[in-house]
Amino acid sequence: MRTTTPSEDFIRGIWKENPVLIQMLGLCPALAVTNTVKNALAMSAATFFVLCCSSMLISSVKRFIPKEVRISSYILVIATFVTLADMILQAYAPVQHKELGAFIALIVVNCMILGRQEAFSSRNTVYRSLLDAVGTGIGFTIALIMMGGFREILGIGTFFDIPLFGPDFEPWVVMVLPAGGFLTLGFIILAMGVYEERKKLREAV
Amino acid sequence: MNDQTLFSIFFSAMVVNNFTLAMFLGLCPFMGVSARVETALRMGLANIFVLVLTSLSAWVLNTYILETAPYLRIISFIIVVASLVQIVEMVVKKIAPALFRQLGIFLPLMTTNCAIFGLAIFQTNRGYDFLQGIVFAVGAGLGLTLALVLMASIRETSELSDIPAIAKGTGLTLIIAGSLSLAFMGFAGLL
Repeated sequence: MRTTTPSEDFIRGIWKENPVLIQMLGLCPALAVTNTVKNALAMSAATFFVLCCSSMLISSVKRFIPKEVRISSYILVIATFVTLADMILQAYAPVQHKELGAFIALIVVNCMILGRQEAFSSRNTVYRSLLDAVGTGIGFTIALIMMGGFREILGIGTFFDIPLFGPDFEPWVVMVLPAGGFLTLGFIILAMGVYEERKKLREAV
Repeated sequence: MNDQTLFSIFFSAMVVNNFTLAMFLGLCPFMGVSARVETALRMGLANIFVLVLTSLSAWVLNTYILETAPYLRIISFIIVVASLVQIVEMVVKKIAPALFRQLGIFLPLMTTNCAIFGLAIFQTNRGYDFLQGIVFAVGAGLGLTLALVLMASIRETSELSDIPAIAKGTGLTLIIAGSLSLAFMGFAGLL
């Protein structure tokens, strides 16, 4: 199974197999909490923490997990770290914790995390699983910040709470509403489709 | 305790705060099994069933067991959801094997369906009692079904229309979902 190099494990999650933009995993948090960059950042930090910790733990104890109950065991490990993340956020960033609300608990059911455990950590060493988790986590963060950036700039006219436009700016309110989440992701994916198409054309010539 | 009326809980869960279109829960099946109306409808019905069972078990857990250990909530909820989905999977396989094949991977994936886990969490956060919880679950399930069926019928129709090649697939689905979500915002004035 050693067909990839460690650097490939790391890079893969960032662009080529970006969990949100290419694989369409973990869409719920990507759409629900990205109305501002701050929320997007808090969410990605929590997910990053859970992903790395569970990848490390699962890859180090993979020999002791019977195959039949592996999914449930993964979920339990993930749930434990989510509880931890929930408590840490509540203690150190109560404002963000309140904003994100139930979506912190919902990290448990983020298919991206379970997917990485099943597809990678369960059959690779701790070091490579960590690389894979960090790569995927960065990919997730990039996607979330991109979404949060677009939506906050267009919908409120600020970036990280810093006003970008003059007082005459008419906020595009729909972008911070749920509909804006779908539309933003839809347009990002369309743009990526156009880019890939152009690349293919260039290569053909 | 929460003193919302049953009617307002039901309508809020079904249309105003529709789980899929306003709260982004349960997006995986929304994208995955929304290609055919019939499959979408059945998936929605299976979802209602699991949602009601989840609501029941979450209420029992909250009232009798987790009172002394609220920090175990996430872990115990996910175990309950996982075992419920397992049971439903076995039942569906036995009773309706054709449906079982149609739903494919999305049936076991219900474990990681945010809608089901989210329902348990929201119900707890808002302090719904037994009856309110059931009404909330039915409303949310009907809302999910409604969104799934609407999406599936739009996609069935759009298959026949002339769409640029790059827009086919997820991009288009997301933009349709965005428009549906916009339309559902119109319900916000209801409550």
